Amino acid sequence: MPQIIVKNLVKTFRVAERESGVWGAVKGLASRRHRIVRALDSISFTLEPGELVGYIGPNGAGKSTTVKVLSGILVPDSGEVRILGYVPWKERIQYVANIGVVFGQRTQLWWDLPVIESFDLLKDIYTVPVEQYVKSRDELIDLLSLADFLDTPVRQLSLGQRMRCDLATSLMHSPSILFLDEPTIGLDAVSKIAVRDFIRRINRERATTVILTTHDMDDIEALCNRIMVIGNGKILSDGTLSELRSRISNERHLTVHLANDGIDIEDPDAEVIDREENRIRLRFDPDKIPAATLISRIASRYPVRDLFVENPPIEEIIAELYRTIK
Amino acid sequence: MKAYFAIISARFRMLLQYRAAAIAGFGTQLFWGFVKVMIYEAFYRSTTTPQPMELSQVITYTWLAQAFFTLMPFRIDAEIRRMIREGNVAYELLKPVDLYNLWYSRAVANCTATPLLRSIPLFIVAMLWLGMQPPDSIASGFAWAASMVGAISLACAISTILMIAILWTISGEGFMRIVPAMVFVFSGNILPLPLFPDWAQTTLQLLPFAGLSDLPNRLYVGNIPPEHVIFVLAHQLIWTLILVAFGRWLLKRGTRIMVVQGG
Repeated sequence: MPQIIVKNLVKTFRVAERESGVWGAVKGLASRRHRIVRALDSISFTLEPGELVGYIGPNGAGKSTTVKVLSGILVPDSGEVRILGYVPWKERIQYVANIGVVFGQRTQLWWDLPVIESFDLLKDIYTVPVEQYVKSRDELIDLLSLADFLDTPVRQLSLGQRMRCDLATSLMHSPSILFLDEPTIGLDAVSKIAVRDFIRRINRERATTVILTTHDMDDIEALCNRIMVIGNGKILSDGTLSELRSRISNERHLTVHLANDGIDIEDPDAEVIDREENRIRLRFDPDKIPAATLISRIASRYPVRDLFVENPPIEEIIAELYRTIK
Repeated sequence: MKAYFAIISARFRMLLQYRAAAIAGFGTQLFWGFVKVMIYEAFYRSTTTPQPMELSQVITYTWLAQAFFTLMPFRIDAEIRRMIREGNVAYELLKPVDLYNLWYSRAVANCTATPLLRSIPLFIVAMLWLGMQPPDSIASGFAWAASMVGAISLACAISTILMIAILWTISGEGFMRIVPAMVFVFSGNILPLPLFPDWAQTTLQLLPFAGLSDLPNRLYVGNIPPEHVIFVLAHQLIWTLILVAFGRWLLKRGTRIMVVQGG
């Protein structure tokens, strides 16, 4: 049975609008115009326990709104949600004891308290038995290498340290579902990798279901076996990364290193996208021409030193998909 | 229950860190106390009609009001305000606790930690050098102490309503300015309530604000006999219950309309 069931979820926001300038402000006092924004426009999906799902979409697509409705913070206009048998916004208190949430741009740690005190507070808030809490805490401190700054007040932590602490916070009560809203935002490469490794381990070792929203395609590529794309409040695509690739564009790239400069490659089935001295990148459709045929043809006509075929970078795929939304 | 105690104690410990703010607050309260006492002295020296309170009582009343100034629900919890402005309030809803109780607990910490830091030194200084008297009698002292518990629960109920009101970001700001002004005047902080005109007395005594400062202060100076403490406690309890019920209703509506600011 699915762990998360979402059916026809709709959430709208009223956005107050007024004309700019002084006169606009004065007019706004008398009457306000409102525009209804459909942040979620009939979203449906189900998730099985232990899945690690990437939830992506351009800014304003409805990612964060989905996470907020699913975590019981916002009340939707209509639609059904059942997670672990709870309706999040109706049985919020019982429900949130079973989930962990991290918003990458916010922190739930107590600003002025040392990290360890924020942690200890959780034990009482979640009424976790002491032994279980200590085990979970020590494990998380170890996995996320937090030992060095446990006594530092949260306000003095770097962003990477803070994010690791926030991740630990969200897992202290061993939730069965973890919502991560842009957990790698603003982190440096080392921290990003640490966070990714940690998410993967938690998903594997604790079998925690993870829903991850991100703009970082490396996160998606490194972690997610299922990707949902949302745009304008609708789910546009739901499947594996390779399914997403083949849906958007079939093209492959062939990069050719030539033995000498100043040669142009011309081929009826491939198009040059860029060239850098003797390195030329070509685009082709494998349905029209098999890669093997194209390679042997080019190798026979030009002085090739090296060549390789690759998929277009995932960023380009997603950018293409976002373009079709607008 | 344990969760709420944990929150109160964590916040309490946190607020005790702010020593500089406590010293600055102490200075401010001392200064305003001086100004008020000087005005009352001038007033009592120039009047011939007998007043409902003696000058020495008024002076003690004033220093009490100054000492417990930060107990008054004047200001909204800066952290809650920031939380709502920046959208961190989302995390409050992710805690498996009742939100009203959570915010009331915060108010309890605010209403006890800050006054504790400021009232004790002010008490000592005012008693030693500034004409503040000890309680009128031992009974008065106990009656005052009991009514302070009532004053704290009442102040926290009002503070919590202020916190909830900022869920309506813009109109909440207006509300937040009106309530403190009312607290300032009707709690007796600006002028002891007995010195207001006779026609206003009944209303002033019935309003919840009297229970915040005026009634306890008058128990202390003996202007209200200690055996009447039961009426004071009833006044505070009834208003606390009404305001808690109102706050809960307001919060229920507030979370339904809530929008998390800043994405």
